[in-house]
Amino acid sequence: MTESATTLRTDPGNGLADVRRWRRFGPVKLSDHALMLAAGGGLLFLYTPILVLIIFSFNDNRVTTLPLRGFTLVWYERALTNGDMLAAILNSFYVGISAVVLCLLIGVPSAFALDRFDFPGKALFRRFALLPITLPGLITGIAMLNMFRAMGMDLSLMTVILGHGTALTAVVITQVFARLQRFNRNVEEASSDLGAKPWQTFFFVTLPNIRSAIIGTSLLSFTLSFDEIPVTFFLIGRENTLPMYIYSTIRRGITPEINAIGTLIVVGSLVLILLSVYLLMKEDE
Amino acid sequence: MRQSQRRRLAMFGVVSGPLLWMIAFLFIPYAVMFAYSFYSRQFPAIIPDFQAGNYLTLVTDPQYYQVLLRTLKIAVLVSLAALVIAYPLTYYLVFKIKSVRLRSVLYIAVIVPLWVSYLLRAYTWKTILGSEGVLNSFLIWTGIIDEPASIFLYSQFAMVIVLTYIYIPFLVMPVYTALEKIPRNLIEASKDLGVGHWQTFLKITLPLSVPGILAGMTFTFCLTMGDFVAPFLVGGPDGLMIANVVQVQFGTAFNWPLGSALSIVMLVIVLAIITASDRFERAGRLDLG
Repeated sequence: MTESATTLRTDPGNGLADVRRWRRFGPVKLSDHALMLAAGGGLLFLYTPILVLIIFSFNDNRVTTLPLRGFTLVWYERALTNGDMLAAILNSFYVGISAVVLCLLIGVPSAFALDRFDFPGKALFRRFALLPITLPGLITGIAMLNMFRAMGMDLSLMTVILGHGTALTAVVITQVFARLQRFNRNVEEASSDLGAKPWQTFFFVTLPNIRSAIIGTSLLSFTLSFDEIPVTFFLIGRENTLPMYIYSTIRRGITPEINAIGTLIVVGSLVLILLSVYLLMKEDE
Repeated sequence: MRQSQRRRLAMFGVVSGPLLWMIAFLFIPYAVMFAYSFYSRQFPAIIPDFQAGNYLTLVTDPQYYQVLLRTLKIAVLVSLAALVIAYPLTYYLVFKIKSVRLRSVLYIAVIVPLWVSYLLRAYTWKTILGSEGVLNSFLIWTGIIDEPASIFLYSQFAMVIVLTYIYIPFLVMPVYTALEKIPRNLIEASKDLGVGHWQTFLKITLPLSVPGILAGMTFTFCLTMGDFVAPFLVGGPDGLMIANVVQVQFGTAFNWPLGSALSIVMLVIVLAIITASDRFERAGRLDLG
């Protein structure tokens, strides 16, 4: 800083102009570069850990340490022949699919009601329905645990499904609601003017129009359920879901097997999420 | 007349299902949890004797309020750190990238990690920060340090890094929306009037993005409050957070009433913060006219 100030002063003729130019453009360029650096750094920060996870799933070393030792698929082989892990993966699919069905059954009518109807207590209904997104998942988990125990219900994958259904419905509601708000209602009026019954209008006009939002939000809810921990932790019985299995394995120590299965999950999630983002942003015919 | 009746019937049909579900699986569980928080544990049983002893314990036993204070501290640090990283990134996306397509691609790239396995993104930090981890071995490899440093993992520092990393997208989303909404001619007007870039930023852009900042920090704060995975993975002995204490009450300590009381305290704090930030946001919006 001081150095540049002194060099400017050595040439008094152009000095003033230089100072002025520096004032006008210098800081802008400087801050532009700093900004770009900060933005690049931010992106790097977001993606380096994911890259580390992936790279070490192929590294021929039990310990995740540098330098890299060589390429291997042994961690994938071990992960995919690990019986406990496979059972956990199957459980996660079962939970995820069931939870998505539940979320749709509750979420789509909720979004519809919020968009179309005025009913007493609507504001309260909205608040309550969206509560699980804003509250830490663990509170939802504990509240449901207390209730299940008070009812004398045993914990199992069933209770996990109910938990995920409750926690993730809010995701479906917000996204389907957003799509309904953008939806051109004239089409529905035209349908009923042409003599369609309300249910016909719903199934043949409204539903096809929000189809991509529903598929998109299903994919997203599935991904979230597949990775869910805070609610699952409290509602799980004897059978593990995949994240709970990984959670209990990490407790015992790190192994690159986790990187291998983790890479598969991350890549799978990325594909599902990108697809879901695409579907949620897409406009239906 | 018949039509309005039919409409009411349809409305009833659509609303009643979700309503019943929410009563059964949201309202009643919260109510049961609230009731539990007044029970007491007389090992091995839980007695429904309705007393405020659990709350009294939380206020008087330093073990509990210290953890609560630590959790609040970590949550503040995480929200600030996430803001410091997310703001320039978002600003750059909105104001410096001219191509709409590139901007939305980058935006999605920033947001997508949010939905990618939380557990694995936290786990990978354990492999990065560990004493034989990627960071240490990199530093030794390049000759910056001679011996692995053990300060990275199992500390509050590690927790703040991991949680910041996880919650950055939560800040980017609302800040992006706020920045995008700022009318460009406002900024141009300010520049035309000879106000410098920094002043324009401080007097126009920054104040107008406050609602987004507030919303993002609220999200981050509340989610950090309820996190027990990051402390479990990378937090040290002094890294226990309130959610871990709750978790222990429902596990080994087997003190559900106390755990429920703690959850209610968390719930109240989170709801208070959300309500306050909502008010602020609305007040801010009114200011803009």
